[in-house]
Amino acid sequence: MLLVNLKISRVQLLARKRQTIIAMLGVTFGIAMFILMISFMKGVNQFLHEVMLSSTPDIHIYNDFKADQSSSITARFYQQDSHKLVIVHHLRPKQINLGLKNAPGIIADLKKDPNITIISPLVSAPLFFDYGSVQVGASVDGVNILEENRLFHLKDKMKSGQLENLLNTQNGIILGDMLASKLNVVPGDLVTLNAPSGTQGRFRVIGTFKFGIGAIDAAKCYVNLSSLQQLLSKNRDYITDIRIKLADNSQAKVLAPILERKYGYKSDDWETTNASMIASDTIRDVLTFVVSFTLLMVAGFGIYNIMNMVITNKMKDIAILKAQGFSGKDIVQIFLSQSLTIGVFGTTAGLILGYLLSYLVSRVPFPGGDIFSLKYFPVLFEPKYYFFGALFGMLTTLLAGVTPAIKASKIDPVAILRGNQ
Amino acid sequence: MQQEILKAEKLNKYFSEPTTFHVLKDISLSIKRSEFVSIIGKSGSGKSTLLYLLSTMDTDYEGEIFIHDTKITGLSEKALARFRNEHIGFVFQFHYLLPEFTALQNVMLPAMKLGKSDIKTIEAQAMERLRQMEMQDFALKPSGKLSGGQQQRVAIARALINNPSIIMADEPTGNLDSSNTARVFEIFQELMIQGNTIIIVTHDQDFAKKSGRIIELVDGCIK
Ligand SMILES: Nc1ncnc2c1ncn2[C@@H]1O[C@H](COP(=O)(O)OP(=O)(O)O)[C@@H](O)[C@H]1O
Ligand SMILES: [Mg+2]
Repeated sequence: MLLVNLKISRVQLLARKRQTIIAMLGVTFGIAMFILMISFMKGVNQFLHEVMLSSTPDIHIYNDFKADQSSSITARFYQQDSHKLVIVHHLRPKQINLGLKNAPGIIADLKKDPNITIISPLVSAPLFFDYGSVQVGASVDGVNILEENRLFHLKDKMKSGQLENLLNTQNGIILGDMLASKLNVVPGDLVTLNAPSGTQGRFRVIGTFKFGIGAIDAAKCYVNLSSLQQLLSKNRDYITDIRIKLADNSQAKVLAPILERKYGYKSDDWETTNASMIASDTIRDVLTFVVSFTLLMVAGFGIYNIMNMVITNKMKDIAILKAQGFSGKDIVQIFLSQSLTIGVFGTTAGLILGYLLSYLVSRVPFPGGDIFSLKYFPVLFEPKYYFFGALFGMLTTLLAGVTPAIKASKIDPVAILRGNQ
Repeated sequence: MQQEILKAEKLNKYFSEPTTFHVLKDISLSIKRSEFVSIIGKSGSGKSTLLYLLSTMDTDYEGEIFIHDTKITGLSEKALARFRNEHIGFVFQFHYLLPEFTALQNVMLPAMKLGKSDIKTIEAQAMERLRQMEMQDFALKPSGKLSGGQQQRVAIARALINNPSIIMADEPTGNLDSSNTARVFEIFQELMIQGNTIIIVTHDQDFAKKSGRIIELVDGCIK
C-alpha cells in the first residue's frame, strides 16, 4: 500500500467530514445493536438455562408405569389362544410397583461409568399436608440431601435454615418458600404429612428454599430418603427415580436411550425434557442474527451509497490521478481504504457503544424479581461477541466498499477529461 | 542528428458512437529530443484525440507508438500508468487540480507516486517548480482558492515535477484571459529554451509560429 494513496484517501475523507461521520454512525449503530442484542439474548438464554438445569438432571431414570401393562388383566388372555380376540377398554394397571426393581444394582452399575459424576436416587410421592381442617397437596421428595445438593446446588437456593441439619434430624423437612408461607410455617415448626395408606408423619421444618420457579417453590419439599420410605411403608431399597449428572451434559442425548435399553426403565435426557425451551433458545439466537444482519446490511448499503456518490463526484479527480500515473490498483486502494477507515472507526465506536448500552441494560432492575431469582436484566459480557462484532463490521464495510472502488478504478480518464472540452 | 524520443507509426483511430467515425487516419510522426512541436487544426480535426493516444491514456487504436525506444502499444494498464508517471507531464485545457489539496501538495503527488525521493526532497523540488512558475507565495493555499491562471501555473509545475521526457499540453490557454495566456506561453517558451521536449495543441497561430515545428491536422490527416 502506497503512502501517497493513504494520504489522498485521508485528505478526501477529512474534506467531507459530515458525510464520513454519517457513514461511520451507520456502522456504529449496527455494531452497537449487534453487541447489545447478542449480549442480552445470550444473557437471557443463559439465565433460562441455569433455571432449567437447576431443576432438571442431565438424565432422569424412572418407572413409567403407563406403558407397563404386564400386570393388567390382559396378561391372563395374552397369547393364550390366537383365535380369540380380546378387547379391553379403559385399561388400568392392577397392582403396580412405582419403584425401580433392583435400584441398588442399577446405582452400583451407574457408578462404574466415569462419565457420570453425580447419582442421586429419589423417592417421590404426591402427599398431603394437614393445614387446619384442609389438606394442601405437595410433591414430597425423599433424597440423600448431600447428593441432591451436588445435583442442584441446593445450598445456594436455601432461603432460611441449614441444609445439613436435615441429616441430623430424623424427621426433618425442607419446604419451598411459597409452600411454607401457604402452610404458614417457619423453621422449627412441625407439619403433618398424610400418606395414601393413611399413615401420618410429623416433620420438623429445617428450612426453606427458593428455585425461582413458582411451580417448584409452591409445591415441593425435601425429606430424608429413609423418612419417606418409612412413611410410605416401603423397604430401604425402594427408589422411584434416579437422577444423573454427566461430566459433559451434551452426551445426555446419546446416553439416555442406552440406559433405557439397559435397565428397562424410561430415561429422559434434559434436552428432551426441555425441548420447548431449547427451541426458544434457537429462536432468540436466530432473531439476534436476523436483526443484527439487517442493521449491518443497512449500514453496508449506506456506505455503498455514499462511496458511489463520492466516486461520481470525484470522477474528474480520478481522471487527473490516472493521467499522472496512478494505476487502477492505486485508485482501488484510495477508495477502498476510505471505506475501511469508515469501517474501523465506525466499528470501534460501535463496540464501545454496544458495551455501554449492554452495561446500562445490565444495571436495570428486573421487574417481578420476586418470582425469578433475578435482580437485573441478564446480560453476558463475552469477548467473543466483540470479536464477532468487529469482524462483521469490517466485513460489511469491505463488501460495501469493494464495488464502488473497482468501479472507480475502471473509469476511463480520456472520457472524463474530454467530456469538459 | 538528434535523438528520436517519440515515434508513431500508422495510427488509426475510430469512434463507434454514434456512427463509426474514422478520426485519425494513418498518422505517422517522429519527435526528437528538445523539439517543440505545435499541433494545430480546426476544431474537431482530431488534435486532442491524437494527443491522448501519444500520452498513453487512450489505448484503443491501431498502429504503434514508441517513446524512448519503448513500445508503448500493448503495455498493461499498470505499466502504462507507471510510464506516464515517470515520462510524461500532461497539462489540460482546464486547470485540473485536486481541490482538497494545497497547491504544493498537488505538485508533490506525482513525485510521491513515483517514490524515488524522500518527502523532504520532493517538497523542496515542488517548491522550486512553483518558484519557477512564480507561484511560491501560494504554495500552501488550497488549490480551489486560486484563480484560473494561477491554477494552470500550478498544473504546469505539477507536470514538470518528475522531470518528464515529454511535456504534452492540450490547449493549455483555452480557458484563460489574454494576460494569463501570455504568461502561460511565456512559461512554455522558457521550458523550450531549457531544452524540454514539448508537444502542444493550440489554436494560437502566433504562438505556434514560435515553435520549432508545426503539425497541422485536417480531418484526421497530417497536412
Ligand atoms: N468519445 C467520442 N465518441 C465519438 N466521437 C468523438 C468522441 N470524442 C471525440 N469525438 C469526435 O472526434 C472528432 C475529433 O475530436 P477531437 O480530437 O476532440 O478534436 P479537436 O481536439 O481537434 O477539436 C470530433 O469530431 C469529435 O466530435
Ligand atoms: Mg481538442
